[in-house]
Amino acid sequence: MKEPKQMSVSAIQNGTVIDHVPANNLFKVIQILGLDRIDNQITFGTNLESKKLGRKAIIKISGVFFEDEDINRIALVAPDAKLNIIKDYEVVEKKVVEVPDKIVGIAKCMNPKCITNFEPVTTRFRVVSKKNVALKCHYCEKITNQENLQII
Amino acid sequence: MKNRSLVSIDDFSTEEILRILDLTEEFEKQPIRKLLEGKIIATLFFEPSTRTRLSFESAINRLGGKIVGFADASNSSVSKGETLNDTIRTVSNYCDLIVMRHPIEGSARFASEIATVPVINAGDGANQHPSQTLLDLYSIRKTQGKLDNLNIFMVGDLKYGRTVHSLMMAMSRWNATFNFISPEELKMPDEFKFYLDNLGLKYYEHNDFTDIISKADIIYMTRVQKERFSDPIEYEKVKNVYVLRNSMLKNTKPNMRILHPLPRVNEIHQDVDKNPKAYYFEQALNGVYTRQAILCSLLGIK
Repeated sequence: MKEPKQMSVSAIQNGTVIDHVPANNLFKVIQILGLDRIDNQITFGTNLESKKLGRKAIIKISGVFFEDEDINRIALVAPDAKLNIIKDYEVVEKKVVEVPDKIVGIAKCMNPKCITNFEPVTTRFRVVSKKNVALKCHYCEKITNQENLQII
Repeated sequence: MKNRSLVSIDDFSTEEILRILDLTEEFEKQPIRKLLEGKIIATLFFEPSTRTRLSFESAINRLGGKIVGFADASNSSVSKGETLNDTIRTVSNYCDLIVMRHPIEGSARFASEIATVPVINAGDGANQHPSQTLLDLYSIRKTQGKLDNLNIFMVGDLKYGRTVHSLMMAMSRWNATFNFISPEELKMPDEFKFYLDNLGLKYYEHNDFTDIISKADIIYMTRVQKERFSDPIEYEKVKNVYVLRNSMLKNTKPNMRILHPLPRVNEIHQDVDKNPKAYYFEQALNGVYTRQAILCSLLGIK
């Protein structure tokens, strides 16, 4: 009897594993972290079963370690993400993401009459609610909430 | 406050607001003073607003300043497709301060970040109009002798009215009680009610105000515009409920005053004008003194 064929995502020697990414936001996470523009080895899996999220995605990035400030940028699209920092095949540190107090240049203001939707202005928001994310635009002062959140 | 911009009333601390009101009082006593001699103020009105523009220009003229600018974007470089960024950078070179009205929300904040001179927001779309709020505060303090613990009635369009939102936020610094009187379709939005909830301030909502008018210290009227209603029948039903008439003022408090940001259409009947409790035209005059105070504060002259 043949053994069923199995494909496994290989472990990485040094780098970062981002787990518990909502499957439908995988590519947004990739975009926000700029993973589509680097030369490092990256493997990702998506639509994996997850008790917590239903379907999740996982990203393994070889040779990259993120600053908290950078990794927190994904909190808007992957609030439950967990990071494992790998050194020499061992998990040396675990991190969770935290919604930052300010969001610069990631989200789009939902107000069609906002200046940021008319001129090339970097969007800036103050986070007024972290649980159900609500962002107050620094310019038009209108609130963009989770349902209307669009990543630029 | 030298070299600061005035974009949103929240930019100023309570002490700074009171300082502007005190200065306004000085200008009311002595309005003609050549404090802006040698200064050039740009008034950029990308959207027409006769009242606000004339009030600012009157304030500048009384102070002996010179004005450059435009009253309508169609006569300016904007009609050729220039960005706001370029207009502001250029005009910064020509003047000591910019007064700007623009239809796009957040445009004033953006302008204040790129201008090399202070910017006064004279209205950015439905967002902010802080000089109006300051003149409203001045009118309230002048007529009531204080700002604390007042009962403020806001009547009419509370959904879209930017002046009522800013005034409500500002008055929440002085422990006001609010009564919001509006048709169902034009109620105070939830975000502002949450704001008051968080501060623990009292507010009440009504569809009509004839029974409760005797409690008011200030009645702030706004216009209920037909265009705001999705159903014209709804407008017809409510249009007369939010009209203030002289006969309604019989049992009001002696200190009560009626304010209105103007222009008025029919929401205050003309028979109210001769009642000493009508204060809206004096309020407009206070606007000139308030703007004198703002201009001098931001230029560091006073």
